[in-house]
Amino acid sequence: MIKVEQLTKKYAGVTGIDQISFEVGKGEIVGFLGPNGAGKTTTMRILASYMPASSGRATVAGFDVFSESLKARRHIGYLPESVPLYHDMRVNEYLRYRGALKALSGKRLKNRIGVIKELCGLREVGRKKIAGLSKGFRQRVGLAEAMIHEPDLLILDEPTIGLDPNQIRQVRELIKSLGERHTILLSTHILSEVEATCSRVIIINRGRIEASDTPENLVNQLRTSGLLRLEVKSGSEDPVPHLEEIAGVREVRAVSNGEWRCFEIRIEANSDPREQIFQLAVGRKWVIRELSKERATLEDAFV
Amino acid sequence: MRRFFTLLARELSAFYFSPIAYVVLFFFLILNGLSFWFALALLSRGPSELTLIQAFFNTLFFWIAYLLVFPVITMRLFAEEFKLGTIETLMTAPVRDWEVVASKYLAALIFYLSMWLPSILYFLIFSWLGNRSVVGTGAQIWGPYLLLLAMGTFNVSLGCLASSLTSNQIIAAMMGLVFVLGTFFLTMINYIIDSSSSPLVHDLTAYVAQLDHMESFSRGIIDTRPLVFYPTFALLVLVMTYHVFQYRRWKL
Repeated sequence: MIKVEQLTKKYAGVTGIDQISFEVGKGEIVGFLGPNGAGKTTTMRILASYMPASSGRATVAGFDVFSESLKARRHIGYLPESVPLYHDMRVNEYLRYRGALKALSGKRLKNRIGVIKELCGLREVGRKKIAGLSKGFRQRVGLAEAMIHEPDLLILDEPTIGLDPNQIRQVRELIKSLGERHTILLSTHILSEVEATCSRVIIINRGRIEASDTPENLVNQLRTSGLLRLEVKSGSEDPVPHLEEIAGVREVRAVSNGEWRCFEIRIEANSDPREQIFQLAVGRKWVIRELSKERATLEDAFV
Repeated sequence: MRRFFTLLARELSAFYFSPIAYVVLFFFLILNGLSFWFALALLSRGPSELTLIQAFFNTLFFWIAYLLVFPVITMRLFAEEFKLGTIETLMTAPVRDWEVVASKYLAALIFYLSMWLPSILYFLIFSWLGNRSVVGTGAQIWGPYLLLLAMGTFNVSLGCLASSLTSNQIIAAMMGLVFVLGTFFLTMINYIIDSSSSPLVHDLTAYVAQLDHMESFSRGIIDTRPLVFYPTFALLVLVMTYHVFQYRRWKL
């Protein structure tokens, strides 16, 4: 669906993206992950035919995004990060207008508007002016108009930014369900989001692709250590030297003191000294309130 | 073509379904009313050869109101889209650049024409209430409006060009004013520079003299030269606007 070859974009001497190449196949949900300024928005704008690249080639559904821009745009639904909308229009009016621009008309347009309003939860706000909508609803309107013409490819730039947790969950569910029929490329710097929705992650940093794989593979590849949390009441005894003696324990860091002491224990990869810690506590008559292992997340891989 | 009409319909609704349009119309009608009153005052001073139409369309009031309208109605067109960022969703939809430029231009032109329609009422009311011959006859009535249409095509295009050059509406308005006044100034050159010192300048500016055009049209002389000149130059300016728009939209 998307094929990017050696794409480069330079802005006034600064290189935005530097010879990146990747492919997105039909039906995939791919997440673009990277810190701010990495080049995610630039790449998406080039793919959406909004900006030309300085060099390199990009095709969507087989059409070059620069030379066959009009044809490529027919297959794309794009939601920019800022979700620009016409504030003086009403939701229905806006959706009708965008649908008509994308060559929908008559009965089909009416049907599609009904369907996506239902899908995006916009049924009650149809007659409201866009200026009077909250951010969450505006985001939904943007998403609705992006998919109104049932595009093969959806390009979503930070689709959940600025939403409250409830709305974030709803949008993610929506994206996942859309992934069954559309190809989706979304960008984010929220790691849990790619873990939750994407089948593949492309990590981009400073204009270069650092990694491209499934979330699980990336986490496995980059797992070098794990973290245990321990909350223990050990009386006057200092547990740290005893903890450090246990095999597999790399480093012990006290988080808080008091009657209950909290520790963050860095352990070697693929080791699990929790049983030894438990036995240690039992032997010394300490009381354990919490002993848990934090799953290495994409955040560790990211960092 | 359907896309063009969709864009046009949207641009027109942006004009007419916003309160700003009616505020602008309101103040424009005040200016028109003042202009009409001024024309009447002129005529009531004593017997004169001027018809009401001539008195109305050749006063300072009229020209000031006429010229100031263009930057006001066109400053928003392109500048706002760039400023708000809606240009991004507009240009990632499968629309052609020329469709965008043409629809905005045409919407502004239609709005401009609708601003002048109420003034016809003045003349209708006056001819109904009083002496019809004072108003004017035949071509003296619709001549000026035809010229307004032609000049409008040109000046609206100048406003569009100004708006496409910037993201700031105020700058767009100023630039539009300068463009419109600048071309109007060519008329004034006729009056400033003596005809004997540089006949070439005099002849050239005679072709573009907006003041003179209005004067002859309001006398009933329908000169086809300005009727060809204005739309042709409007097309030229629109092509320039198209290229500026393309440059801004693709270069980024």
